[in-house]
Amino acid sequence: MIAAKTNVAEQANSKTGPRSMVLNMGPQHPSTHGVLRLLLQLDGETIVEAEPDIGYLHTGIEKQCETLTFQQAVTLTDRVDYLANLSNNLCYCLAVEKLLGLEIPPHAQWMRVMLTELTRISSHLVWLGTHAIDIGAMSVFLYCFREREDLLRIFEMFSGQRMMTSYFRVGGLALEPPRGWRHAVRKFLDAFPSRVEEYENLLTNNPIWLRRTRGVGYVSLEDMLDLGVTGPMIRAAGLPWDIRKAEPYSAYDQFDFDVPTRTEGDVYARYQVRIEEMRQSARIAGQALEGMPSGRWVADAPKVVLPDREKMKTQMEALIYHFKIVTEGFRVPPGEVYQVIESPRGELGYYVVSDGTPQPYRVHIHGPSFGNLQATSKMVEGRLIADVIACLGSIDFVLGDADR
Amino acid sequence: MLPEPLREFAAVAALDTRMPEAVIAGKIDRGEATLEIAVARIVDVCRFLKQERQFVRLSGVTAVDWHPQEPRFEVVYHLHSVAGNERLRLKCRVASAAEIDSVTGVWRSANWYEREVFDLFGIGFRNHPNLRRIMMPEDWEGHPLRKDYPVHGYRYSYQDE
Repeated sequence: MIAAKTNVAEQANSKTGPRSMVLNMGPQHPSTHGVLRLLLQLDGETIVEAEPDIGYLHTGIEKQCETLTFQQAVTLTDRVDYLANLSNNLCYCLAVEKLLGLEIPPHAQWMRVMLTELTRISSHLVWLGTHAIDIGAMSVFLYCFREREDLLRIFEMFSGQRMMTSYFRVGGLALEPPRGWRHAVRKFLDAFPSRVEEYENLLTNNPIWLRRTRGVGYVSLEDMLDLGVTGPMIRAAGLPWDIRKAEPYSAYDQFDFDVPTRTEGDVYARYQVRIEEMRQSARIAGQALEGMPSGRWVADAPKVVLPDREKMKTQMEALIYHFKIVTEGFRVPPGEVYQVIESPRGELGYYVVSDGTPQPYRVHIHGPSFGNLQATSKMVEGRLIADVIACLGSIDFVLGDADR
Repeated sequence: MLPEPLREFAAVAALDTRMPEAVIAGKIDRGEATLEIAVARIVDVCRFLKQERQFVRLSGVTAVDWHPQEPRFEVVYHLHSVAGNERLRLKCRVASAAEIDSVTGVWRSANWYEREVFDLFGIGFRNHPNLRRIMMPEDWEGHPLRKDYPVHGYRYSYQDE
């Protein structure tokens, strides 16, 4: 372990003799996509050993969830994977709804699917933009963020917030969908396929891109599964495992979409898988838009869901329910649940334990990036420093997910 | 001794037949199967489930602090079989200052998961290749996710130090 040794000379001589050096790719670095620290033991420019050091973004979210009520904790989940906020909201809400045994109306479920897929597109746009700019393709970054602006405006229309939306709550949605949402989403989805074509024109057959990403960062499928990797990296290595298909949640089984896979398992294959995922997400969002059922946007559960605002102002029971739910919170029957969803980065799992009180007893978040980062050392050992940048981009991790 | 609906899970039935003394209790709740395993047998059980029942993925290792009940901690393992598309939860009750064997020999992903449990709860893992803190700084004292650790921590603003 590089970090365990204290003497630089001792580290340098231990594996390769006096030529080697320990390079700290510190927590502050434009290409580590967050506060990831990598300790690289180098022999010239080749990496002998690499060790990731995380924990710089640990903010104690799991501990804080124990002090808030179940509904309040939704606002903390946004901040876990800060590029795919609605995915985290969805996973947590599904877990608590499973504990409560709540039935969510179809309108709310379809709305959740549509917004989660738009979140997936938004997260993949950040991935593509930052990955490309790390390797040197600067225009792609600007194009991706241009699309992302439209998406953030849509999220702002729904929830008032561009990123930390907390739009899904236990029981359904936080607010009624706003007037004009169909127009905004349709306008985005109509323009999007041609935009993905633009990104592909710039990168897919670009000789520089191919030289930088083909054959780089290969880890075998068995190693990846054993090391805890999930998501597009697994699909790029040949296994068509997508939790939306394998363990469908929130009405995903009613949608028609493909799961893109490749077999090469290198950075280029992961790029292709994620580009195709963006197209498939647009397809799902389009289907949700066309076939959106009407109806309630929250479940019919007066002890859990806040009553209608007008009723709260005129009826006594509604006022009492509102008061109890806001001040004390709703009680959840004792038990535990491990809910998984397919977040843009892989398998996101929320393990929620309830002991019958209005506060969760334990919330454990299994962030996909925590598992994905374990494969880093295997991926970069024996390669050049420049390949480290390409590999880190292809893992598509978010430190909030890994550290919480 | 295990409830009937639980024995319908093929993996659980096979485990119960092979190592009945390792499985202390079990339940199915809200569609999820949970087994309580004897602390000393956890590695054998995990190896059996991985090699013979295709639970090739360890989805996570975490812990729950049931202070002041004893045994205090519950170490929870979430297993996943991609081929069989099934999940299983294993739990071990570990006493306050006790240790448990590491399962890194079975799944390498347990490396960081167990480091996190050690860091935040203080549960020792025997035979772990690299058991040191992962989230908190190396010189931190205390284990933050324990129930007797205050949510704001013990160190206040750096200006007062």
